[in-house]
Amino acid sequence: MQVPAQFDYERATGVAHAIALLTRYGPESRLVAGGHSLIPMMKLRIANPETLIDINDLDELKGISIASADGADALRIGAMVRHTELLESPLAVEHFPILVDAERVIADPVVRNRGTIGGSLCQADPSEDLSAAFTALHAVAVIEGADGRREVSAREFHTGPYQTVVGDAEILVEVRVPIRPGSGSAYEKVERRVGDWAVAAGGAALWLDADTITEVGIGLTAVGAEHFCAAQAEDYLRGGPVTEERFVEAGRIAAEHVRPTADQRGPEDYKRHLAGELTTRALRRAAARAQHGTEA
Amino acid sequence: MSTDTTGVAAPGTPPTEVAPTQVCASTPMGYGSMRRKEDARFIRGQGRYLDDIALPGMLHGAVLRSPFAHAKIVSIDTSAAEAHPKVKAVITGETLAGLGLAWMPTLSHDVQAVLATDKVRFQGQEVAFVVAEDRYSARDALALIEVDYEPLDAVIDARKALDEGAPVIRDDLDGRTDNHIFDWEAGDSAATDDVFANADVVASCDMLYPRVHPAPMETCGSIASMDPVTGKLTVYTTTQAPHAHRTIYALVAGLPEHKIQVISPDIGGGFGNKVGIYPGYVCAVVGTIVTGAPVKWVEDRSENLMATSFARDYHMHGEIASTKDGKLLGVRVKVLADHGAFNGTAQPSKMPAGLFHVFSGSYDMAAAHCAVTGVYTNKAPGGVAYACSFRITEAVYLIERLVDVLAHDQGWDPAELRMKNLLKPEQFPYTTALGWEYDSGDYPTTLQKALDIAGYAELRREQAAKRERGELMGIGIAFFTEAVGAGPRRTMDILGLGMADGAELRVHPTGKAVLRLSCMSQGQGHVTTFAQIVAEELGISPDDIEVVQGDTDQTPFGLGTYGSRSTPVSGAATAIVARKVRERAKIVAAAMLEVSPDDLEWEKGRFHVAGDPSASAAIADIAMAAHSDLELPEGVEGHLDATCVYNPPNLTYPCGAYICVVDVDKGTGQASVRRFIAVDDCGVRINPMIVEGQVHGGLADGVGMALMQLMAFDSDGNHLGASFMDYLLPTAMECPSWELGETVTPSPHHPIGAKGVGESATVGSPPAVVNAVLDAIGVRHADMPLTPAHVWRAMRGEPIRTDLAIG
Ligand SMILES: Cc1cc2nc3c(=O)[nH]c(=O)nc-3n(C[C@H](O)[C@H](O)[C@H](O)COP(=O)(O)OP(=O)(O)OC[C@H]3O[C@@H](n4cnc5c(N)ncnc54)[C@H](O)[C@@H]3O)c2cc1C
Repeated sequence: MQVPAQFDYERATGVAHAIALLTRYGPESRLVAGGHSLIPMMKLRIANPETLIDINDLDELKGISIASADGADALRIGAMVRHTELLESPLAVEHFPILVDAERVIADPVVRNRGTIGGSLCQADPSEDLSAAFTALHAVAVIEGADGRREVSAREFHTGPYQTVVGDAEILVEVRVPIRPGSGSAYEKVERRVGDWAVAAGGAALWLDADTITEVGIGLTAVGAEHFCAAQAEDYLRGGPVTEERFVEAGRIAAEHVRPTADQRGPEDYKRHLAGELTTRALRRAAARAQHGTEA
Repeated sequence: MSTDTTGVAAPGTPPTEVAPTQVCASTPMGYGSMRRKEDARFIRGQGRYLDDIALPGMLHGAVLRSPFAHAKIVSIDTSAAEAHPKVKAVITGETLAGLGLAWMPTLSHDVQAVLATDKVRFQGQEVAFVVAEDRYSARDALALIEVDYEPLDAVIDARKALDEGAPVIRDDLDGRTDNHIFDWEAGDSAATDDVFANADVVASCDMLYPRVHPAPMETCGSIASMDPVTGKLTVYTTTQAPHAHRTIYALVAGLPEHKIQVISPDIGGGFGNKVGIYPGYVCAVVGTIVTGAPVKWVEDRSENLMATSFARDYHMHGEIASTKDGKLLGVRVKVLADHGAFNGTAQPSKMPAGLFHVFSGSYDMAAAHCAVTGVYTNKAPGGVAYACSFRITEAVYLIERLVDVLAHDQGWDPAELRMKNLLKPEQFPYTTALGWEYDSGDYPTTLQKALDIAGYAELRREQAAKRERGELMGIGIAFFTEAVGAGPRRTMDILGLGMADGAELRVHPTGKAVLRLSCMSQGQGHVTTFAQIVAEELGISPDDIEVVQGDTDQTPFGLGTYGSRSTPVSGAATAIVARKVRERAKIVAAAMLEVSPDDLEWEKGRFHVAGDPSASAAIADIAMAAHSDLELPEGVEGHLDATCVYNPPNLTYPCGAYICVVDVDKGTGQASVRRFIAVDDCGVRINPMIVEGQVHGGLADGVGMALMQLMAFDSDGNHLGASFMDYLLPTAMECPSWELGETVTPSPHHPIGAKGVGESATVGSPPAVVNAVLDAIGVRHADMPLTPAHVWRAMRGEPIRTDLAIG
């Protein structure tokens, strides 16, 4: 049995309390949410935090809802929302099926029952799925610290592998996804086995006005896409019509710009190929959903 | 209700709907699909596994392992670890050398380091052992041990192990100048070359059966407890072979064998991983001697995957010869066997390649020959494990791939080619070109049954139609002959111990019974199956028979459970002791009924006087009488018990026909198994439900090995599959609903006609899956595992070398 080194444990009662604890214990302390990334690393003694600050009681970080501000709606997903909750959320199904697609292929039910949206994003694994999905959706992360809240685009959230803009004494509070009409979205993943991390995965979101793409988002994970984003392929598609040829071309452009590294999941050429193939497939399904509804 | 509850589909049922086995509502008096007696305990969470055991005052051990694949140990400083307040002892190779225990013999005429003294030879090798008050402190203290290593070049690619100038791994052995372990041959080389020289068609292929790991759910571990007063050593341990372990402890540690008790508690899967003795076990023994307290050592998952017995790792060059109309003539193969840093395979000791030389398979062939070369590399030792029937897995993979390669080259249908060449029922007993005497089988009927269940012709039509549309599906066939139940002691021994097994049966005065076995279940259901054998012979309900296994103080000597040998060997011993008891019971019954034994007839559970069924004695009454004041004939001892040591006259030879149907995504290379048909012939089925469970498990293994289980090493010798995130086991999601069928040709030389089945599906399924995937993509050969990346690369003609890191 793998066992972690010794650590202290604190249970936060509110966001402000958690921030106070983070401030008190300093950089050797860590928040624990679902624990499905942190605890395994502690057991392998790759991570050795001196103090764990448990945020599982923080109601402010829970729930999925529609938030309205200045006449615009957004889907609000609390940082402590478990994968399973998002997977089963009717609001997600209705507005952003890409999230449901992605959740269906993240880990397994046991992990999904505990693992959280906030933990996934803050872990910032370069193969993490939701980072790609939220990138595609142009989502916004809401971060709170001692000085109050700030908002950061999902595309600027990650600063490198396992690194984010969340400071030592800050907490990711929620993720907001703006709701605009005419959208369709989908997620495609290749894994070696169910529950495995992605060999490559990609999600696409389209906002259509009739047959014209008014806005587009393409997120890619595990293939070394800068900020999990296929920006050049998005630029190519934005403003143009929905056609199969253009989706294939967008895939080609996406593949050209990724920088995958070889590992036991596959060689570099294969991952590059998948970046293109999955981009095209996700775009196809996103368009079908925008045009014909989620069933597509 | 006993044998009429098997899963054979009723006539007229459509081919794809194979009826699942019906489980008997009540306990059958003998054979039949009864629920497993042990499951009442397991499903209530009342299994008692090694890590559930806590002895008073028990300490905990942890192993410090080498981060390098090959390095000189310059120095080891344990002072900081020893100063840890909860640490009781730190043991190093030097400590062990003082006791003469730094090295131990392997099961293959080699020695293995218990704790490294001079060099480390694979990543994960044992370097030091800490004993502490709890497992947390033991782990903490590992970080306090300072080892100064001087890294050396490592031999990682087995194909370069014999290169001029390759680093010599085993410089501990006198006069060693290279990494060569052995050369071994079987078959008639000249006759085989002759056949090849005159053949119309020869197909050859290089193939790797990659290194895989049995990865049982429960990892290995042990608790050693030396009683300082009696001098008795008790070792609780995860072993498939408790008696062999005891003898080895006696030989290695010089402890008197009668003062050693080895107890195997419930085992959570073994598959061969729990046959050998690991350094951690020996360290726990030394730990209890040094500290005077019981010491528990349980490895974690990464330790299990990195350091305990792997399986396979055969680099093969195979060739097959045939006439131009598809009559197979011969097969020959050269093998490079990667044995890791110590030659520690567990197989019959006269057979360095195990039973690999059954590789002529299920076909009538004039000649066959193999030459196997074993080499050292800087990887963990092991080599025979993982339900392989002593390397028959490799043999079946070789021949079944070669047959498909031949069919591919010639444009022949792989089903027809097999059908044409399978041994005919009238050829049995059949002596192969390699000297094996196959006992029985009806191969053509078995294959035909699988083809019928699959709806083979229809599948080929569907495949053609899909190809037209640019979709890929494949159909893969494998036909295997297993050789299990090792074995005749004349030819088969392990460390000089002949492979015979004992059984003891005692019927208590009230007619209940206890059966003591030398084999050891790791989940196979022995408690049920072996009670059913006694029930069938004596008419005592399986519920009334206690089956004792796993404790050397409680059971007769024998070599344990692996190589599918329990039913062929211990099952035979069980049937024979039951028959001996029945003979005694007959004499007692004759005395009770005041007739001659010759006048008695046996009906299950009672003797009655011939011609007068009302004059009878039931087994329970006989048991009571046997223990009573009833006067017995001269020389009859009374009581109702017997013992037996069964020395198998031959192996048993199960067979099977497997058909796998896969779909492959052309754009991503993902292969998914849509259907899997398995028709097995394991002779008489004692508990068909348990047989099917064994087959299910093995089929899942095959899907895993063929598609995902990957244990590669980078050029520095780093192990790239040391967790379940990297070493993928298949889940229910990758497994279709298995479609099973059966044929039954009893083994003529086995007392109840049963053959082993524990490994059949693991042996037979990998080539079926691989053949299916390659059939789908139209590629001649690519090595396992066929991960999406590998399938995609194979489609582009650039297959991946799966034993090395993907670069
Ligand atoms: C077997 C397995 C398979 C998996 N497969 C996949 C997969 O296929 N795809 C995938 O995307 N993921 C996968 N995961 C990861 C899984 O989704 C985890 O749940 C997730 O990575 C972490 O979420 P958590 O709540 O468990 O975070 P924790 O482990 O509790 O925390 C992770 C990190 O985030 C920090 N953190 C947590 N919450 C916050 C917050 N609100 N604000 C600031 N920092 C915070 C913690 O301090 C810690 O550093 C897998 C995990 C496992 C164990």
